[in-house]
Amino acid sequence: MSQTITEFDTIAAISTPPGEGAISIVRLSGEEALATAERVFKGRDLTQVASHTINYGHIVEPSSGEEVDEVMVSVMKAPKTFTREDVIEINCHGGIVATNRILQLLLSNGARLAEPGEFTKRAFLNGRIDLSQAEAVMDLIRAKTDKSMKVALNQLDGNLAGLIRNLRQDILDVLAQVEVNIDYPEYDDVETMTTRLLLEKARDVKSRIAELLSTAQQGKVLREGLATAIVGRPNVGKSSLLNHLLHEDKAIVTDVAGTTRDVIEEYVNVKGVPLKLVDTAGIHETDDKVEKIGVERSKQALEAADLVMLVINGSEPLTAEDRQLIDLTADSKRIVIVNKTDLPQQVTLPELQTLIGDDAIISTAVVTSAGMDQLEDKIAELFFGGIENSQTTVMVTNARHIGLLNQATQALDDVMTGIAAGMPVDLVQIDMTRAWDLLGEITGDSVQDELLTQLFSQFCLGK
Amino acid sequence: MISEGKPYQAGAYDVIVVGAGHAGSEAALAAARMGNKTLLMTISLEMVAFMPCNPSVGGPAKGIVVREIDALGGEMGHNIDKTYVQMRMLNTGKGPAVRALRAQADKHAYHEEMKHTMEKEPNLTLRQGVVTGLIVEDGVCQGVITSTGAHYAAKSVVLTAGTASRGKIIIGELMYSSGPNNSQPSIELSENLEELGFDLERFKTGTPPRVDGGTIDYDETEEQPGDVEPNHFSFETPDEAYIDVKNQLSCWLTYTNEHTHDIIRENLERAPMFSGVIEGVGPRYCPSIEDKIVRFADKSRHQLFLEPEGRRTDEWYVQGLSTSMPEEIQQKILHSIKGLEHAELMRPGYAIEYDVVAPYQLRNTLETKLVKNLFTAGQMNGTSGYEEAAGQGLIAGINAGRRALGEEAFTLKRSDAYIGVMIDDLVTKGTKEPYRLLTSRAEYRLILRHDNADLRLTAMGHDLGLIDEDRFSQFETKQAAILAELQRLSSVRVKPNETVNNWLAEHDDAPLKDGVLASDFLRRPEVTYADLVKFIDAPAEDLDHRVVEQVEIELKYAGYIKKAEEKIAKLKRMEAKAIPAHIDYEAIEGLATEGRQKLIKIQPETLAQASRISGVNPADIAILSVYIEQGKVARV
Repeated sequence: MSQTITEFDTIAAISTPPGEGAISIVRLSGEEALATAERVFKGRDLTQVASHTINYGHIVEPSSGEEVDEVMVSVMKAPKTFTREDVIEINCHGGIVATNRILQLLLSNGARLAEPGEFTKRAFLNGRIDLSQAEAVMDLIRAKTDKSMKVALNQLDGNLAGLIRNLRQDILDVLAQVEVNIDYPEYDDVETMTTRLLLEKARDVKSRIAELLSTAQQGKVLREGLATAIVGRPNVGKSSLLNHLLHEDKAIVTDVAGTTRDVIEEYVNVKGVPLKLVDTAGIHETDDKVEKIGVERSKQALEAADLVMLVINGSEPLTAEDRQLIDLTADSKRIVIVNKTDLPQQVTLPELQTLIGDDAIISTAVVTSAGMDQLEDKIAELFFGGIENSQTTVMVTNARHIGLLNQATQALDDVMTGIAAGMPVDLVQIDMTRAWDLLGEITGDSVQDELLTQLFSQFCLGK
Repeated sequence: MISEGKPYQAGAYDVIVVGAGHAGSEAALAAARMGNKTLLMTISLEMVAFMPCNPSVGGPAKGIVVREIDALGGEMGHNIDKTYVQMRMLNTGKGPAVRALRAQADKHAYHEEMKHTMEKEPNLTLRQGVVTGLIVEDGVCQGVITSTGAHYAAKSVVLTAGTASRGKIIIGELMYSSGPNNSQPSIELSENLEELGFDLERFKTGTPPRVDGGTIDYDETEEQPGDVEPNHFSFETPDEAYIDVKNQLSCWLTYTNEHTHDIIRENLERAPMFSGVIEGVGPRYCPSIEDKIVRFADKSRHQLFLEPEGRRTDEWYVQGLSTSMPEEIQQKILHSIKGLEHAELMRPGYAIEYDVVAPYQLRNTLETKLVKNLFTAGQMNGTSGYEEAAGQGLIAGINAGRRALGEEAFTLKRSDAYIGVMIDDLVTKGTKEPYRLLTSRAEYRLILRHDNADLRLTAMGHDLGLIDEDRFSQFETKQAAILAELQRLSSVRVKPNETVNNWLAEHDDAPLKDGVLASDFLRRPEVTYADLVKFIDAPAEDLDHRVVEQVEIELKYAGYIKKAEEKIAKLKRMEAKAIPAHIDYEAIEGLATEGRQKLIKIQPETLAQASRISGVNPADIAILSVYIEQGKVARV
């Protein structure tokens, strides 16, 4: 009974690569781009400013007025834009936290997360790109979709999916009852679904969504993933470890210039644990620069980290610098990785264990993938073990999910507003159905005929 | 057939309609009224617009379809308004979108009235005969052949063979080849369709026993009378024509009981539904009584409605008791029911299996993709219900007629009408069981109301030549009156004074401090239009209650209506993106296998339709839209 209309929606995505540079850009394209941005922007009225201007202001949470970031917003009106639609680019202060937050706000206020390659697709459909590029566009859509779908599925924690499905089932029971009342008005065995019952259900579902959202807002660990620092002296294999994690999980999709990335690419997903890698830029720097990154740089990274992976080169004896790093990380949640076990070993594990206390040692040879499974298991164990309340193990970490949950909450608010305004059940139900659809978008459940199946399996109907 | 008639040339028509049920009648009338020389072939003239199942028209969703048919210039609304024995508005306690009118019909009068209407239609010829095959040359339908040997030529042909298509009636152990109600089945035509390459499926439906009303003990049942308030299906029928409720016939409510259920359970091995005899797929929303007992074993009773079949008959229809149990068991079942202890069975209930043209083979004009100028409609396309059949018949008749006239196709969108929802569902999603319209199938049901069917569709009916100038100008007057009153209420103010505030206090509402727009005042939940006009000047002219109803709905539900209209506007843009007719899906790289197969099978006509096919994902749609655009660029 419902379809997602995608062609003319306003879309949003982060359009700068992750973790690099001081500025991140969140881009919006579509008819509602200006209006959507204006809803979360404090400064000049973006719907009134001249085209191709850049405007200083703040991104704010509309409900609370809380300032999220200081930004510069480029306003580019159709048709002289990349997509030939109205385009907004929010230049924010970088950092995944703020950038994600801004994206979430946009997704909760009228925009939809861009499909892979969608900006480019629109540019083509609107005649901005010539024919020779069309095939490249299609390849891009296909490649990015396959990858991002896998990642999206990984991102959807099994428990979260279960909870959302429960919510949907509860709503569905209500919807089916309303439908039976409408389509079989003389059927006397079904309780009449009154607005009072509907109100109770809307409140119940809303509070359960709020609980889910609170896990998303509880702390930056849950919202942004586990901030993880990979530390170690130069040439112990940090970079290889990082690359290994990235490639294993297909988390960061290589960007084609001029196209966008999906926010889900921010994370490395290790056994369901979203890792946000802190200071990956430092690791990526060239060899000579790496030399300059010593203990000082590591110190800074450690401050922001929830989890530290300390990498030691097992093929060389422990150095003073290693010992210094062991001391520095003593108070952090830590995994010590003895790497390069494919080479003759100089580090003895019992000796190392005495230095690090109870913390785990994982032996790896990143180049051969040896030990990587154990490492991933350990990360998962540390993460899930560290969270006491079983409810909070259901995490909402993905900007798209948060956006959809917020929209579902708004739909439920509309249900309550409608009831307060004395609207009949079948009108109020429109918003109830919308909440159900939005939740379905999170789990990717098909809506086709679900309601009718429910109707005819739950009630014995006949005429 | 023992032997066939000698072939002869029987003449040429613009449009030939095969079958004179509810689909065929609408198709033939529409084609003829558009100016086509039309032939309507039926196996039996006694079966024209016959109701082989329940003697009623309308109800939720279906009632809206009848109004839509009326607004487009079809006949069903007029016909039931002339022949009903009871009228009831359902869902009056709910919102305007789901209110539904339902009539109990005088089954015989309904048939007679429709037959006579068609007899009077100048361009239309009714003829009894069995069509055994189609004349098809190079994939184009040229006419039909009958068992008497007649070869009729036609510019377009509409098939509405219904359950006669290789029909098979089953009652317990008894099974025989038959159309509905023991009429002659249509067998050769089905075989001919298979030869032409059509994919036919097998569906099943059923009907309950009829009993002699003189043997019903009504005291043991509960009366269900008609409405006092006048209502009709056709927008043209005046309120004055309404039959006083004391001259209407009532229905009566009774229930099955545990004893009934025991009888059924004890005899399940004789139920064709469960013994494996019935192969066809039956509808979930209209289960047989044996199906209800098995699937809902914990229910101690099921409702049954006793409905009169007409004024000049004592036959009564036992709604809710559809069954194909053996006749002797049917009698036992009946006698176990309160009020029916001594009921005499007049006709046993039966199940009927029949052929269906799998509807993915159709365009949304209801023309087949396989054979040009050939249209199918009604139960033959996998639906169930008189109203669903009539709605399709009208669309098929319109398109067959327009084809014969060399005019463009006519289609309804999902946002235009329930008829549009139904046809899109059929051709895009197909159906695994007899398809019935339900309000939940329509995503824009707030827009697709029964009260505004004329506002949605009369102009289209006029353009099609099915609504005459008189009716159209009356419609325009009504439309103008609605608009004028909406504008007036958005400019006059309700001023705070003692009368208003006393009234508000009586209704537990906050008093007015400042003047408010009348339109805003009307949005208060407890305020009706009738209340409002006490506090403002009366309109220049007395407004018809139908005008008032529109004004009230438009203002009271404005927020919801606006949201729905915004969604529809977006959808229309997707609908505007046509997919070229001869697109080669095999040539499009990057489509997922499942999506590609579905697209090849269904051949959607627009991107919006493609996006509604299950198994076609957003990436497939993105690739498809880029591919289509690429083709356009390449041609430049």
